[in-house]
Amino acid sequence: MTSSFKGPKASRRQFLAGAAAIGAGAATGARAETPDPLITEVQEWAQGLGDGVDATPYGMPIRFETDVVRRNVPWLTADPISSINFTPIHALDGTITPQGCAFERHHSGAIELSKDDYRLMINGLVDRPLVFTYADLERFPREQHVYFCECAANTGMEWAGAQLNGAQFTHGMIHNMEYTGVPLRTLLNEAGIQTEGKWVYVEGADASSNGRSIPMDKALDDVLVAFKANGEALRKEHGYPVRLVVPGWEGNMWVKWLRRIEVTTQAVESREETSKYTDTLADGTSRKWTWVMDAKSVVTSPSPQSPIKHGPGPLVITGLAWSGHGKIKRVDVSTDGGKTWQQARLASEAGDKALSRFYLDINWDGSEMLLQSRAMDETGYVQPTKAQLREVRGLNSVYHNNCIQTWHVKSNGEAENVEVS
Amino acid sequence: MSKSLKLYAGSAVGTVLMLTVALNFADRLIPDHAESYDRMAADSDPDFALIARAQAAAAYADAPFGLGRPALEEEIAAWDLDVSPDGTGLPVGSGDVFTGEEVFIENCAVCHGDFAEGRGNWPKLAGGEDSLADEDPLKTIGSYWPHLSTAWDYVNRSMPFGNAQSLTPDEVYGIVAYILYSNYLVEDDFVLSHENFTEIVLPNADGFIIDDREESEYAIWRAEPCMENCKDTVEITKRATVLDVTPDEEVTEEALAAPEEEPVQVAAADPAPAEEAPAAAPAMAIDQALADKGEKVFKKCKACHKVGDGAKNGSGPQLNGIVGRAVAAADGFKYSGAMVDYGGEWTPERLAAFIAKPKAEIKGTKMSFAGLKKEGDVAAVIEYLKTFGQ
Repeated sequence: MTSSFKGPKASRRQFLAGAAAIGAGAATGARAETPDPLITEVQEWAQGLGDGVDATPYGMPIRFETDVVRRNVPWLTADPISSINFTPIHALDGTITPQGCAFERHHSGAIELSKDDYRLMINGLVDRPLVFTYADLERFPREQHVYFCECAANTGMEWAGAQLNGAQFTHGMIHNMEYTGVPLRTLLNEAGIQTEGKWVYVEGADASSNGRSIPMDKALDDVLVAFKANGEALRKEHGYPVRLVVPGWEGNMWVKWLRRIEVTTQAVESREETSKYTDTLADGTSRKWTWVMDAKSVVTSPSPQSPIKHGPGPLVITGLAWSGHGKIKRVDVSTDGGKTWQQARLASEAGDKALSRFYLDINWDGSEMLLQSRAMDETGYVQPTKAQLREVRGLNSVYHNNCIQTWHVKSNGEAENVEVS
Repeated sequence: MSKSLKLYAGSAVGTVLMLTVALNFADRLIPDHAESYDRMAADSDPDFALIARAQAAAAYADAPFGLGRPALEEEIAAWDLDVSPDGTGLPVGSGDVFTGEEVFIENCAVCHGDFAEGRGNWPKLAGGEDSLADEDPLKTIGSYWPHLSTAWDYVNRSMPFGNAQSLTPDEVYGIVAYILYSNYLVEDDFVLSHENFTEIVLPNADGFIIDDREESEYAIWRAEPCMENCKDTVEITKRATVLDVTPDEEVTEEALAAPEEEPVQVAAADPAPAEEAPAAAPAMAIDQALADKGEKVFKKCKACHKVGDGAKNGSGPQLNGIVGRAVAAADGFKYSGAMVDYGGEWTPERLAAFIAKPKAEIKGTKMSFAGLKKEGDVAAVIEYLKTFGQ
């Protein structure tokens, strides 16, 4: 049991020994040679007392879970203040991402902005330029929705080949939370949009002034000015006290520490919507305004950071699927690198622009697998292979890589990020 | 309509505030000058002003919930700084290449290099001409950015890193002029101003198309997928472990050893009285007020230098215990030969000389910071650094 304290590296080493000891085929129903002292001997926890209430006024995960944390890839960026880290999706189940391990992306660091100091301005082509306090926002009718937020650069390092060895690193720029907030439409109506207003420009209060232009149709559709996530206040790193939620669209538009909404006639063409988050094609032309995150999925376990530790026999293959176009309709899984596919089981009814959890329960014979998943959304869009994407976009798109991912699972249960023909 | 709305609609203050609805801020360039015309008319014609006020009041009375308050003209002017490709939002001003170079060297070069060529992992702002279709395109303001307004806007609102919104409009015009010059897009006698701004067309202005995935991709990929015999053979063509660029995941022993029984320390509301402070006197007496000032000044250094628990080397070495530390002593940092030769120990005096004029004190230092001009800032920053022991 102690091996689980040591983190993935150590446990990967130890599971090999464990797997060998169990022996192929002997995993299930093996008879114990000696009685298990964990059962036959009275354990400390069964005799003494545990913590009283209030031991942790706000609880953190138990210490055995210290390896389930966000991680970054230092070489990706010049400085952690303007950088990104990754959700440990390989170690989570279900669909809701706990805020404490949901990926962060800052451009000038996570700022501390109190509710008292918070102001939200609506200006530009409106009848009534307004300033709201946090308390004002709480007086508008609220809505609740679960949405995924995916950075446009998620899987971006994988364009040229298999690069990072772990689902956390290849697909962890994503989280999925239940948001409470006020529809942007409600606030825009409060200010009164003038007929020439075709776009809204939204901007954050931090030093990066991250700002994005959103077409009016989307702004009036499902965009949320959110102040709660998973039932509690947003975390500092996710924009406390108020962030924008732009369902199905790239994470950079989900402006944190939202301070201003300007109604304009045109897109501002800010840094983040021209020099970044644009997709360069093979001929050097670049696509802009590629807001929607297309259907995508990944097997989260088994995966490089979550190897099979139990040997052959019953195996739960699980993963996540999502689409910025709506609901996930179906997920297929292949264990042979895409030669044959079988339909996986969705754990619950798919949500609109939210993560879906899928399972495929198999009886693993211990042979090597090339594990893949393929999502289909309600529009009939089928997640493409990397080859299909490259054929259209070339190798330098950087953003919006939603290709099918392959894990090479070896017979000892270890997995590696690979690319297949 | 809600009571609160009627209340402020009727108050004198409220009426004045509402006037802003009909106005815009005259110090920003608006292609359509109707608003400034309105303002002039409102100023000179009492009847017009009265009508404008009445209209504005009526507009606020129409608000569905009557929540929030009218935004003041000064407030909008303070926050509404974005600049659009057609020049909307640009303030009056100008800057030439030479002045821009000076401002750039002082404020930007530490990350972006003296010639905007970039340092380390920090963005390169110049070069990359005609590289966009290459295997490894270099995307800079010169090679990639479609609009000059974006560069102006970003420098003005978000730079320098760690000291945003500290530049004057003229300095921003100068910096942008210098970036254009660094990209060989203007001559060295060029002056950029609000008047000639929109005449500058960047090389990649026509390099963008609007998202065409609907036709180029969705049309192909909205199809029933293959389930069996989808391909004859499957070969592994690339492996992540060959590259070996994935960070280690070892959990520190400290994290694991952290006793869970430790009671949660609630931060004391008021610090312990001074007389109860432990007798062990700190190695260096700290002037806290000066150190606090230094913390603000240190923002200029923060992009490259880290201090505090777990501080690591970045573009510059970590500075824990720097006052009194041996020169060139941060583990794992590649110092310049000049710094190594400088040798000895960082006394407050030597630090002060270096921070004030880095290149004069140590010719050949890698630190491209121009130096802190104010003596007070130098003293403050050293005081602040003293608060970080070994």
